[in-house]
Amino acid sequence: MVTAECSECGGTVTFKSAPILHELIRCPECGAELEVITLEPVAMAPAPTEEEDWGE
Amino acid sequence: MMKAAIICSLVRPEEKMLIEAFAKRGAPCEVVDDRGIKFDLHALESWKQYDVVVERCVSQSRARYILRALKLAGIKTVNTFDVVENCGDKFVTSQLLVQNHIPTPRTKLAFTPESALQAIEEMGYPCVLKPVVGSWGRMVTRINDRDSAEGMLELRDVLGNYEAHIYYIQEYIHKPSRDIRAFVAGDKTIAAIYRSSEHWITNTARGGKAANCPVTPELDALCTAGARAVGGGVVAVDVLEDAERGLLINEINHTMEFRNSVAPTGVDIPGAIVDYAVKVAGG
Repeated sequence: MVTAECSECGGTVTFKSAPILHELIRCPECGAELEVITLEPVAMAPAPTEEEDWGE
Repeated sequence: MMKAAIICSLVRPEEKMLIEAFAKRGAPCEVVDDRGIKFDLHALESWKQYDVVVERCVSQSRARYILRALKLAGIKTVNTFDVVENCGDKFVTSQLLVQNHIPTPRTKLAFTPESALQAIEEMGYPCVLKPVVGSWGRMVTRINDRDSAEGMLELRDVLGNYEAHIYYIQEYIHKPSRDIRAFVAGDKTIAAIYRSSEHWITNTARGGKAANCPVTPELDALCTAGARAVGGGVVAVDVLEDAERGLLINEINHTMEFRNSVAPTGVDIPGAIVDYAVKVAGG
């Protein structure tokens, strides 16, 4: 299981399957929504904020 | 061997499931981040390396431009530009449903606060005021009386952009604390969920709870007809249950979310989408 450090709180984020570039994941400790920005090593940054035309 | 691409803004659980479904089928799939795309309309040949492109942008405006460019280049896409045009604007969707004699709530459109208020009064209270473009239940408002109508219309008139000045007014359906979200791939309704909530807005993005909804022949016939009306493809059809008129199509979504629907239905929704895309690629 791959783990990485939350860019916001330093908490541990665990990936259930291999992370993918630009994958979204929520930090279980601070609740921040994060985007995977590099894979080697796995690093994350806050996900982009929702824009007006986002949706289904 | 077939080569596919998924264009997305971010890899949400849905995109990850689609990537895994392509991998399970041994079909190479490239992930293209829409934030990095630079279309040169005089050199779209590079896109021809893909047999099919699955559009999964979270931004509707990007999806429209991307699909328009890919259509110009002759690339097969899921969904097509036309489907996104038809589903992305609620009034266009409603118009197509009515034109195709598919049951749907009564809908009116107005361009000024004054004419919108008249349309609301004609519709009767409660009714629903929606933006023509939007998702996840954002800015969808139940108008219970003339006071709230005047307040909402003034807010949209003063604070909104030009799109907020297009007033889509819909009959309120007294549904049983739930609606139905049905998933259509090609000519089949592959799965459906009930979305239940104590709030009248039942979107799962707004806290609605998902439970399996049996796909009856009636539901399948309605939803596949709705999908055909907007151009086919892979869509999610939102259905309201009216005590007197039966099932009514409310909206149709072109880049559906399904993360909360696989477990309750037991249906491999991403697998069905990928199977449809593979079929499009070969067709």
